Formats: sequence, structure tokens, C-alpha cells
Amino acid sequence: MTNALEELPQRAVAANGHRAGAENGLVAPAATAKSRPHTLLLVPVAAGIALAIHFFITRHQLSAGQYYWLFLFIVLGAGLVGAALYPFFSGLRERMHNLSAIFAAAILLLGLWEVITSGLRLLPLPYFPSPAAILDSMINDRGLLFDSTWHSLMMLMNGYVLGVIVGLISGVCIGWSSSIRYWGMPVLKIVGPIPATAWIPLAMVISPSTAVSSAALIALAVWFPVTMLTASGISNTRASYLDVARTFGAKESYLIFRVAIPAAMPNIFIGLFMGLGASFLTLVVAESVGVKSGLGWYVSWAQGWAEYGKVYAALVIMAGFFSSLMTLLFKVRDIVLVWQKGIIKW
Amino acid sequence: MVTVGAETSSLRVREVTKSFRPPGNGAASRLALDSISLSIAAGELVAIIGPSGCGKSTLLRLIAGLDTPDSGEITIGFEQISGPSAERGLVFQDPNLFPWLTVRRNIEAGLVARGVLQEKRDEVQKFMELVGLDGFADAYPHHLSGGMAQRVALARALINHPKVLLLDEPLGALDAFTRMRMQDEVLHLWRGGRAERAVRVRPEIVSEKLLRLWQSRRTTMSLVTHDIDEAIYMSDRIMVMSPRPGRIEWTIPVELDRPRDRSSADFLRLRAEILEHLHFAGKSASGNNGS
Repeated sequence: MTNALEELPQRAVAANGHRAGAENGLVAPAATAKSRPHTLLLVPVAAGIALAIHFFITRHQLSAGQYYWLFLFIVLGAGLVGAALYPFFSGLRERMHNLSAIFAAAILLLGLWEVITSGLRLLPLPYFPSPAAILDSMINDRGLLFDSTWHSLMMLMNGYVLGVIVGLISGVCIGWSSSIRYWGMPVLKIVGPIPATAWIPLAMVISPSTAVSSAALIALAVWFPVTMLTASGISNTRASYLDVARTFGAKESYLIFRVAIPAAMPNIFIGLFMGLGASFLTLVVAESVGVKSGLGWYVSWAQGWAEYGKVYAALVIMAGFFSSLMTLLFKVRDIVLVWQKGIIKW
Repeated sequence: MVTVGAETSSLRVREVTKSFRPPGNGAASRLALDSISLSIAAGELVAIIGPSGCGKSTLLRLIAGLDTPDSGEITIGFEQISGPSAERGLVFQDPNLFPWLTVRRNIEAGLVARGVLQEKRDEVQKFMELVGLDGFADAYPHHLSGGMAQRVALARALINHPKVLLLDEPLGALDAFTRMRMQDEVLHLWRGGRAERAVRVRPEIVSEKLLRLWQSRRTTMSLVTHDIDEAIYMSDRIMVMSPRPGRIEWTIPVELDRPRDRSSADFLRLRAEILEHLHFAGKSASGNNGS
């Protein structure tokens, strides 16, 4: 922290004074929020350091990157605005306390990356471009990247939704009925563990279009964990829940839909998460092998032209895209399994 | 009409035998109940006490229809039971509330299961007030204390207006203070939520018919318990079961006025009598082992 302050650019110091003034004006909220100045300054300081690194390294280079410095300025500005508004919004305050450190670390990591790549040139080009070059690729090729992301999303949704629906139905049937379990479990145990991507040669022969076969492969990849976890959740429903329901006159449909399925929900969600992970893998492989669109295709296409800036740009987008979907599924779980809050740690 | 109502909620167990095959190959099946017979009048509260493993829970599961007897028959009124039904409620020691439903939805569960929630929605509120839980309608079960959870379980069983309510050590997991309070609450529910006064009207000034009406409004209850005080405090009759194979060994009527005083001379005399009986049984068993 002390080192960071010494390197602090002029702007950040000014901001520090500004923030202190804002805080002095509001003694009471600052006292209740237990003000910790370092959480306020982490992001602007990190952005300032990254900017300093960037300008120092690229001062003699012609192709310095058009957007990277702008990006860092925006981060710096956002950090300062956040620090200035910090005393006024409790939601913001909480968020900054939680996220400042990790956000600042990420920005410092960008700076470190720039030092290693375009500063000290420790890693061979074109395989390891600087963050500035990657950001340039991302913005220059935004049309195609957006298009690819959209295609990937559509493909993923078709496959995932299909896999989940079929998986839930087969999982409930296998978990509930012992005769279906007798016939279904061997199929599940033998066919399920084969990675969906291993079916690609067969899928290409059978299906008329690569889009249909890819969606089917994703569905297959999702189907296995969803079925397995649903079936085990259903068959492990506490017998006493079913007994209680029977003593107040429940019919079989009630036992399945109102007792067994809710009781299996935590397990089902584990299956949904595993299925989502498997669907990402299958999507990217299917796209790079067969389908002529999507992020997986984009990565292998850019690699073919040795445009590694684009490869990384697509990877960054994939990271954001996939983790957003994961976060979305977590939110759905939080709503559906709200009753677990307090029972388990989440 | 009243008489019919009273008779249809009486319970008869005739010569019921049940054995279980323990898990593992070749193990001989174990006799849990050996041609047990008992009858409980409509509106009567009968306690069944006995050592662990004497088949008390098995008996209740058979009456509830969750298991089927090997031989013998169980009738409610004139009807032989053939599987679980809403007319026989069962409350376990573990409240077994559905953790994914709020208190209100747990209580509604019986109505939903029978598809009558729309018509009976106002009863939900009534029962929540009856068990003193109207402030917790939207709480999830894991936020409730043991006593509160058990009250929800009782309300969930009673909302179906069962002819017979089977209680399998419902207060067994509660601390002594909560337990005593809950005993009064169960009695309150047994009387259909009416105050003690209503049933303490002196029999000589009311007609036989009226008395029977009160009787029939009560829920027939069978309470399995380990606790002799609880059995004396609550029940009209106490049945003592012997273990392996389970059979009714002894029946004691409890003819004390309600509300009962746990420290009255009659109460304590009855308690001593039962203890002596059980102690004697225990002593003879250990004597046999010794010789």
C-alpha cells in the first residue's frame, strides 16, 4: 500500500483529497459504515498503476493500442466516482467493501501481463499478445464476435433446454418406478458416461445439418448428469415424507410432484450445474469441429490465421458469457431453493 | 345422527399379527405383533405405553394403513381399512414437516392433496390460530423450535378432520417444560379446540344425548408414549404393551377429572401402581436371567 501511494499519479492524489472532504462533511454515516479508506482507493490506485505501466512501456511504440488506455481511464474514473458517492449509498458501500480488493487485483494483473508481454517481451509473439492488443482485437472485430456469441447462445440454449427437459422426465421415471429403473438404469450407466463429443463422427453422418446434430450432442451431454442426479434425488426421498403425505390422503401424483420432486430439488440443481458445464464443453468442441459459427468456431478460425489477439478476445468473451450463465443458474437456484437458506451454507 | 357419527370413528383391532423379515439372507422373520386385539371408543383418548421395540409404532403404522397386517383385521366404525387415508392422521416424533414449504403451506398440504384447498381455505387460518402459529405463516420449518414444529405437524394432521388421530411419541423430542405445555395443547385439540369447561359440565345435569354429542365431536386418539406421567395426564385409558412379540398386557382406566393435577394423590397413586407393575415385570425378567 505504501509503495502504491508513492507511485500514485497526480489524479489519484487529488481524488484522495476530494474524498476526504466528502467524508468530513458527513461524519455520522462514515462512522456507522466504519470507513476504511483503503477499500475506496484500491481500484483507482490499481488503475493508475496500470496506466503508468502502459504509458511507460509504450512511450516509444507506435502501435500502442487504441483502446486500452481509454479502458483504464474509464476504470479509474469509475473508481473515483464510486469513492465520491461512497458515503451516500449503503448498497454501493457494501459492494465496494466486497469487490474493491478483487477488482484492483484483476487490474494489477493486467498491468503485470503488460509488463511481461510488451514490456519485457518474455513471451513469444504472436502467441502471447499484450492486453492492449487483445482489447483492440475485441473492439475491431466486434461485429463478428457479437454474431458468434449470439449463435453460441442460441445453440447452447436449444441443446441445454432439450437436455434438461428429457433429463428431468427420464430422471423422475427412473427414480420413482422400480420397473423403469430396472430397464433404464443399465442404459443410463452404459451410454451416459460416454463423452458427448465422442459421438461427433456418428452425429455428422446421421444428421442432415450440423446445427441440429450439435444441439442434439449438447442435449445428450446435459441429459446424463441431469437424469442421474434427478433419479438419485427422487429415489432418496425420505420415506417418512411419503408416509406423512399418504396419511393425509395423497395420491401418487401428489407424492411425485409435491413431495419427491421438491425433496429432490437440491440434487436436481447439482445435475443442472453439471449439465451446464458439460454443455459448454460440448458446445465449443462441436463448434470448432462441425458448425461454421459460434465462439468455438471463431477461436479455431482466428487461430488458423494466427491472430492470437482474436483468440484471446473470444476466450475473454467466453469467460464472461459462460460465467454469466452460471450466475444466472445460481440466481434461479436461490429462488427455487430459498427454503434451504439457513440449513446449508451457500 | 350423532350416534352414527360416534360409532363410525371407533377403532377396533382384531387378532392382528405382523412380522418383519430383517435385512440379510436367510434370517428368520421376527414377530412384531402377536394376534393383538384392542378397541378404542369414538372420542376416546387411549395411551399405549411399553418398552422400546414392543411394536407400538408398528401397531400405529398398521392402523394408519402404511403397512398391512399378516393376519387379522382393523376396522374404523364398520369399515375395514385397506390402505392409508385422510380419515386416519398420523403424527410422528419427528414432525416431518416438508422443509420446502412454509408453515402455512405445510398446514394446507392435506387440503391440497385431497384437492379441496379452494373450499377449505379459511380453515387454514383457523387451525393456525388454534395451534398459535398465525404469526409464523411464512416461516420455513427450520426456523421453528421443536414444539412449534410439532404444533404445525398436529395442525397439518387435524385439518383433514381425521376420525382417528394416531400419535407416535409426538412430544418425545421436546424438553420437559415444552412437553407439559404441549400436552395441554394436544388435549385442547382433542376437544376440537373448545375450552376445558365445555366438557367438564357435570354429567348429572346434561342429558345422555348431549354428552354423547360432545364425545363424538372429539377426535379419537391413540397416543404412543414412553412417559407414564404423560399417559396418566392425558388419556382415558392406558394400555401397557409387552415386547417381542408385542401384545396388550394390561389396561388401566384413568378415571380422574380434567384438568388433571399432576401432583394430586390419585394421580400419584395411579403412577405408583403402573410403575410397580412395570418394575415387577422388569424384576422377574432379570431374575430369570440370573438363575
